[in-house]
Amino acid sequence: MQAIGPSPFLFIGAVLFVCGVICMTTKRNGIGILMGVELVLNAANLNFITFSRFTPLGLDGQVFSLFVIVLAAAEAAVALAIALNFYNNHLTIDVDRGDELHG
Amino acid sequence: MTAQIILFWLFAFLTCAGAILVAVSQNVVRMAFSLVLTLGSTAVLFLLLGADFVGATQLLVYVGGTLVLLVFGVMLTATGPFTRIKSSPADAILSGLIGVVFLFIVASTVTAVDWDGGNGVAQKIAMGTHAKAVEGGFNPTQQGNTTRPLGLSFLSLRADRDLKLGLPKELSGEINTAPVVPGMAAATPGTTLLPKTSALLSTGYLLPFEIVSVHLLVVLVGAAYLARTKRRATT
Repeated sequence: MQAIGPSPFLFIGAVLFVCGVICMTTKRNGIGILMGVELVLNAANLNFITFSRFTPLGLDGQVFSLFVIVLAAAEAAVALAIALNFYNNHLTIDVDRGDELHG
Repeated sequence: MTAQIILFWLFAFLTCAGAILVAVSQNVVRMAFSLVLTLGSTAVLFLLLGADFVGATQLLVYVGGTLVLLVFGVMLTATGPFTRIKSSPADAILSGLIGVVFLFIVASTVTAVDWDGGNGVAQKIAMGTHAKAVEGGFNPTQQGNTTRPLGLSFLSLRADRDLKLGLPKELSGEINTAPVVPGMAAATPGTTLLPKTSALLSTGYLLPFEIVSVHLLVVLVGAAYLARTKRRATT
């Protein structure tokens, strides 16, 4: 049986990235958009770890993926606070209703 | 080796299936559950790649922290009719088409590149026939053991580069033997500032670590400030 090289991991990363982008662009639920962002960040993490194992990137890739995890946690906290404020003000989480800033 | 391959394909399938379910599903609660599946399977993929600390962090911080936060967001906002906010079918078909084309572009680009760089190191590591991988003994490099090099790199000590610990040489870069000022020894023969084999210390991640710590603190204070209870809009 063939051993698993970097390409299958990178393909999974591509699937995660595309699903995240589609999720971000098509969801009307604010929380759903946040989930798309999490998927994209996970795709980046998977690529970092893959290159950390199979290329001379070494430990730096794992360090960067840890930073990405921390930044994703921070981003989720702030974005959820904004989503809760949006829900309090509009009584819905549909982002298409947040169109008060048009000129 | 075979168990690794079976585990890889199982969790690769779970990861992709969860991601596609997140993108396709219209129910936000089901999306949250699919996201749990995806992130957990990704953690297993990290472990299969030898990144034991990052895999554990993924489980603890991502699945245990961030995702619980998201589920709380779902719980606080998905009341009654807002659980399902449907997109129109035309939008769904269009986004599906664009997604398939985009996936084809990205995946064909990524898999077309020969990541070995000509020397076949990646293939050797994958096969387990790399020199360091078959060395065996206590905790061979194939099985991870990245916690100590990671912690030292956050203290600006690069054990993997400067002390030849942890990762195999092809993965950790060459030992840094460059002189401080290139050409210094040639300019003044006999009186070198440093011995010829002196190793400069590689830079670590102490400053980014401190910055991200303060950033996390500020972000959490800001999030608590933003999410505090205020007046509720009257219907």
